[in-house]
Amino acid sequence: MTTTTDPAPRAEGGVRVDVHLAVHLLRLGDDALVLGQRLCQWITRAPDIEEDLALSNIALDLIGHARTLLTLSGRIDGTERSEDDLAFTRSDREFTNALLTELPNGDFAATVARQLVYTHYAALYYEALGGCADPELAAFGQRAAKEVAFHRLHADTWTERLGLGTPESARRMQRGLVRVWPYAAELFDEDEVLRPLVAAGTVPSPASVRPLWERRTAEVVGRCGLTVPTPRWQARGGRAGLHSEEFASLVAELQSVHRQFPGGTW
Amino acid sequence: MSAQPAGAAAAGHGEPGPQESGPGEPLDRFEALVAAGEAVEPRDWMPDGYRRMMIRQIAQHAHSEIIGMQPEGAWLTRAPSLHRKSVLIAKVQDEAGHGLYLYSAAETLGVDRAELLDALHRGQQRASATFNHPALTWADTGTIAWLTDGAAVINQAPLCRTSYGPYARAMRRVCQEEAFHVRQGYDLMRALCEGTPEQKAMAQDAVNRWWLPAVALMFGPPDTEAGGADARTAALGAAVSRRAMAWGIKRHTNDELRGRFVDACVPQAERLGLTLPDPAIRWNEERGHYDFTPVDWDVYRQALGEETHWARQRIAHRLAAHEEGAWVREAAAAYAARAQAGEPPVAQAAGASGPGRTEERA
Repeated sequence: MTTTTDPAPRAEGGVRVDVHLAVHLLRLGDDALVLGQRLCQWITRAPDIEEDLALSNIALDLIGHARTLLTLSGRIDGTERSEDDLAFTRSDREFTNALLTELPNGDFAATVARQLVYTHYAALYYEALGGCADPELAAFGQRAAKEVAFHRLHADTWTERLGLGTPESARRMQRGLVRVWPYAAELFDEDEVLRPLVAAGTVPSPASVRPLWERRTAEVVGRCGLTVPTPRWQARGGRAGLHSEEFASLVAELQSVHRQFPGGTW
Repeated sequence: MSAQPAGAAAAGHGEPGPQESGPGEPLDRFEALVAAGEAVEPRDWMPDGYRRMMIRQIAQHAHSEIIGMQPEGAWLTRAPSLHRKSVLIAKVQDEAGHGLYLYSAAETLGVDRAELLDALHRGQQRASATFNHPALTWADTGTIAWLTDGAAVINQAPLCRTSYGPYARAMRRVCQEEAFHVRQGYDLMRALCEGTPEQKAMAQDAVNRWWLPAVALMFGPPDTEAGGADARTAALGAAVSRRAMAWGIKRHTNDELRGRFVDACVPQAERLGLTLPDPAIRWNEERGHYDFTPVDWDVYRQALGEETHWARQRIAHRLAAHEEGAWVREAAAAYAARAQAGEPPVAQAAGASGPGRTEERA
């Protein structure tokens, strides 16, 4: 088993092993899984039935992305772990999602704000991933980008309705933006895992999509009569497994049934 | 994104009924229409009693979809595999969609969804009492899908031919999806039964708790003497059923459908290796059906009562979501009203002078 990024060697049986890429895909998969888990907490509690439907639809897509990404990650890190091994048997310290995605739901405006930040980033990054050389990754990027475009539309639409709805909704929407904005930066970070992958052209650079993300989110926020927050601090740590205190209970809940039945098949 | 609003199909089919210009009194025309097995459409004349019975039935059905999201929805965050999580999200999402189709079908009868939801919240209308039971384990999600959705399919299949057109069309769509849920529920149970002894025990425990709610509450009160506990209640049930059948709303008695359900479930449970908790279940060669314990009307009445923890809990959960979401719905309505009036949306925002210039509202 060789650890490298490019050119991709094949292990016995033709399986490519690339530990850096596996980590990157795990991070993307954890983002989708954890955000999907948060959205599941809304279902039956949304402001109306249409939103129960919309949020479950988005959660379903996110869990779908997580499944593909975790499966790929478990295959190319050489451990042969399945999507469920990765989702249900890692400790919370081993999850590598960005802190944004684990933020508690808050009110509906806070959830919309979190969706706005994530969907504009994911739409850009998946679109870029759709153009990468690896056919499997490219296919995933293209499919996910199409789905996330709907999630982004949902976030934009609600930002607009709340921003331009009533004074109360505008106040809540602005408060939601202020709450989530410090958590955006981590999505675009590049570290020693990602830099060689980007340098080799294996995956697109998250940092490179940030300027367009900033322009697009500023355009939506501005057109909705809201202000782009200018946070004085930026949250980091999720990629290194350093999460919020609430995260332990999110993971405990996620894994509770699976862990209660050792050796169970589902 | 498949959230096609229910009404689109139902309300769009609004061409005048064939009887509109026919001879005779409205009631005769209505009865002739029903007798001919044709659909009654929103603009057709219909007796008040028919309209009321239809609204009541469709609303109760819609409420059951919405309240029925709760016991399974509670397990979305705990599904033990990502595959099962996806399946469960899709199912709960379908239920929200069914609620929407059905409220829209009810709206074609001159009521609106907000009114119906208020009636549910105030306790004037009910959801199926089946869901006033708690989903205590993961196996409950599979059991609900297999047994209560299975009961729903048997109940609802004849409703695809019910006399009221918008309801019948909504039901055709609902039934297709429900049939899929039953198979998913059975598949979930099969996985548990083929798993560890602890998994199988969890499956059996769930079946023990959900069998009676499914067999009793999903089909309504006994409406034949054979199926009920005493002659008076059976007669009462039979009278209601007869009227609903004469109007083409129902096509079978409650007890007939209940029998069909038991006939379908017994061999399925055998294949799973699970025991249905009714020692009286046995094949009756003469009738060609399974015998089972008749539903006890007292038990049924008790379960219907609102004064149980879970009955209150379901409504409280629903009401909390509704109240917490009020400011969101108000914002959406204000936004839509301005858009409809052709006002530039920003005009309303106090002091907004352009993008990014509204700090005073933050």
